[in-house]
Amino acid sequence: MSRLQVVSGKGGTGKTTVAAALALALATEGKRALLVEVEGRQGIAQLFETQALPYEERKIAVAPGGGEVYALAIDPELALLDYLQMFYKLGGAGRALKKLGAIDFATTIAPGLRDVLLTGKACEAVRRKDKRGRFAYDYVVMDAPPTGRITRFLNVNDEVAGLAKIGPIHNQAQAVMRVLKSPETAVHLVTLLEEMPVQETADGLAELRAARLPVGRTIVNMVRPAILDEADLELAREAPRTAVAKSLSAAGLGGARRGGVAERLVEPLLTQADEYAERYALEREQRTVLQGLGLPLHELPLLAEGMDLAGLYELAKELRQQGIS
Amino acid sequence: MSQDPARANDSARGRGPARASEAARTTGTAGSVDTARAIDTASSAVLGVDALIDDPGTRIVVCCGSGGVGKTTTAAALGLRAAERGRKVVVLTIDPARRLAQSMGIDALDNTPRRVKGIDDSASGELHAMMLDMKRTFDEIVEAHADRERAATILNNPFYQSLSAGFAGTQEYMAMEKLGQLRARDEWDLIVVDTPPSRSALDFLDAPKRLGSFLDGKLIRLLTAPAKLGGRAGMKFLNVGMSMMTGTLGKLLGGQLLKDVQTFVAAMDTTFGGFRTRADATYKLLQAPGTAFLVVAAPERDALREAAYFVERLAAEEMPLAGLVLNRVHGSGATQLSAERALAAAENLAEARIVDQVGGKAGLRNSPDTYGSSEPPATETAVPEAPSSDAGSPAADRTSADGAGTDDDRGTADPSAEADDDRSTEGRTVEQLTAGLLRLHAERMQLLSREQRTRDRFAALHPEVAVAEVAALPGDVHDLAGLRHIGDRLAADSSPTAAS
Repeated sequence: MSRLQVVSGKGGTGKTTVAAALALALATEGKRALLVEVEGRQGIAQLFETQALPYEERKIAVAPGGGEVYALAIDPELALLDYLQMFYKLGGAGRALKKLGAIDFATTIAPGLRDVLLTGKACEAVRRKDKRGRFAYDYVVMDAPPTGRITRFLNVNDEVAGLAKIGPIHNQAQAVMRVLKSPETAVHLVTLLEEMPVQETADGLAELRAARLPVGRTIVNMVRPAILDEADLELAREAPRTAVAKSLSAAGLGGARRGGVAERLVEPLLTQADEYAERYALEREQRTVLQGLGLPLHELPLLAEGMDLAGLYELAKELRQQGIS
Repeated sequence: MSQDPARANDSARGRGPARASEAARTTGTAGSVDTARAIDTASSAVLGVDALIDDPGTRIVVCCGSGGVGKTTTAAALGLRAAERGRKVVVLTIDPARRLAQSMGIDALDNTPRRVKGIDDSASGELHAMMLDMKRTFDEIVEAHADRERAATILNNPFYQSLSAGFAGTQEYMAMEKLGQLRARDEWDLIVVDTPPSRSALDFLDAPKRLGSFLDGKLIRLLTAPAKLGGRAGMKFLNVGMSMMTGTLGKLLGGQLLKDVQTFVAAMDTTFGGFRTRADATYKLLQAPGTAFLVVAAPERDALREAAYFVERLAAEEMPLAGLVLNRVHGSGATQLSAERALAAAENLAEARIVDQVGGKAGLRNSPDTYGSSEPPATETAVPEAPSSDAGSPAADRTSADGAGTDDDRGTADPSAEADDDRSTEGRTVEQLTAGLLRLHAERMQLLSREQRTRDRFAALHPEVAVAEVAALPGDVHDLAGLRHIGDRLAADSSPTAAS
């Protein structure tokens, strides 16, 4: 089991939710997981219903069996100052650099430096050991940038190492790449059973493979329950409306005669069945595409009540049952 | 490229005083009239999409919002609709899904607007579309502003190559740059822009300012000083503080990279001249009359939270917000039947079935009474009707052969438990189907109320924001017909609550 789990996915597929559920699932049975956020959106805090996370590792949840989930929202600017302090003891000079706009430059404009800092910090957490020589975290789960940018994001250190051919940044970039390209890392892609996210998953996967980054699993999120099956849908196309009306009436929903309360339900209900049928066919098609990608495929259900903390634990349980942790 | 965004901006202003903010105020007024009602019923003003795109004063529409909410599709649909209503439109998309791009015939990524074929041009409108090529846009700026030799120096600089290939911020900046260029050409009377899928949805607002202030900043002067003085030899003329600083940077970045940065910055500095002026002009263009922002969202918690953030941010930046486009809104033709009642009825059918199978007792006959329907028991009225319409239906024979016909009988009169048992192994009975339809409806109604709750929350926070709702489609959009369909839904003058 890789110790750095990177979770990416198209925007809107719920990758933050999946990353959080994965951290909870990995932390069960006394393990310790760190959930890392790199995009400054405070999605983790919202998910766990806590206030905004500072740039500090902080316990946010206890997993079943006594495990712990810590969270960290990496702020590139503070991460850079951290580095300066760590490597060069540059407290004062760091402040001066900030005044000059150099920190701003490094974290927002300088090519790749921002991403180097973000991945660097995550890799540092992966490698960190306590005084007794044990790993500080059993797992680090990263809520990563979307699929369209993930390869560039993870691969940026290669580029930087090429750009800065010597010096500490070069060394740092190479050290990070060693972790990211090893079996210590697994990149998971979250998708929905819809055409665009599935297409993006396939494209993202090809890019990751071309860059020799270790891919993990495909996780289909928000899978809607299968309420009607093939046989139902076939019957829905062919059943006489009056029979359905009578059935509705028998179920206690009013009169089945023309214009009766139950009869007036038939049309809209069958329309909904048609829409369902169309989606059902599309979803099956997309599932086949995903199966063809050659990665272990997992599915997480859409939670009827919307996403909340209880739902997160439910998804974590689901992931464990599917043997993802 | 002579700082044209600024000029375009002036000419836009010349056309009429603060037209867009006027428009914003108008919708704002509509909103505030509605405020009392909005707090009660949490419904917002309706966004008149056609009024917006038909107004010749509207020159730029910016679609923004978080990822995965259908921003690009909205931009494309809006552009097509405007063109078919007679305007000369260009749609600028950033990284569109492949099939959406193909639907507009812009699968070639060449950074040039292409005319979209197959639109209805009876109103003598035109639709052009282009996909942003970030690196190409950056290269073009360099080529336009530097003599050939200097341009080559910049284009071959490794630092430049990385910067332009699309690291954080560049894409946002180039999108705004391209917008300024398109506006300056003044060939189109409406530009519809899709914003990049940023790590933060607001990056595109910050990027021009940030890049502008950086390129005019102290750091640049610090970095360029040694290069201007002739490379590393120049270092000794600097004061101690400065050399310590560049020394630190050199230590951090490595000597080669620092030199690359210095060369790059020096070349940029002399060729670009006033990057900030340029960035400011782009920024002002966004605030100018004639620009309208549409925030795109889906009725989901995260997307609407992001939308609310956007609305607040645009207000703070004095950017004119036209309204919110709410995509993928679900509806139902049977809202009179609640999720609870539908589930209860479905269970009722299932129970009756179990009773049938176990004891042969017709539980169904009790149900109209049990659930207190105000209608007279359906059984009697339904009996004479059923056979006649069954006979008229082509499917009737098949269905009764399957046993569904027997089911009808069972619903009305004597249930036949044995036959039922046989059928349950293979085919499906109408009752099972009906139970399924009811469960499906319950799921739909739950979704509806969840969407309603999130929308109410947004409307309570921002009653002033006009909303256009777009009903959810079961599949994706692949062609102009699909886009046209979305456009129709977008402009449907429906009240927010009655969207289907």
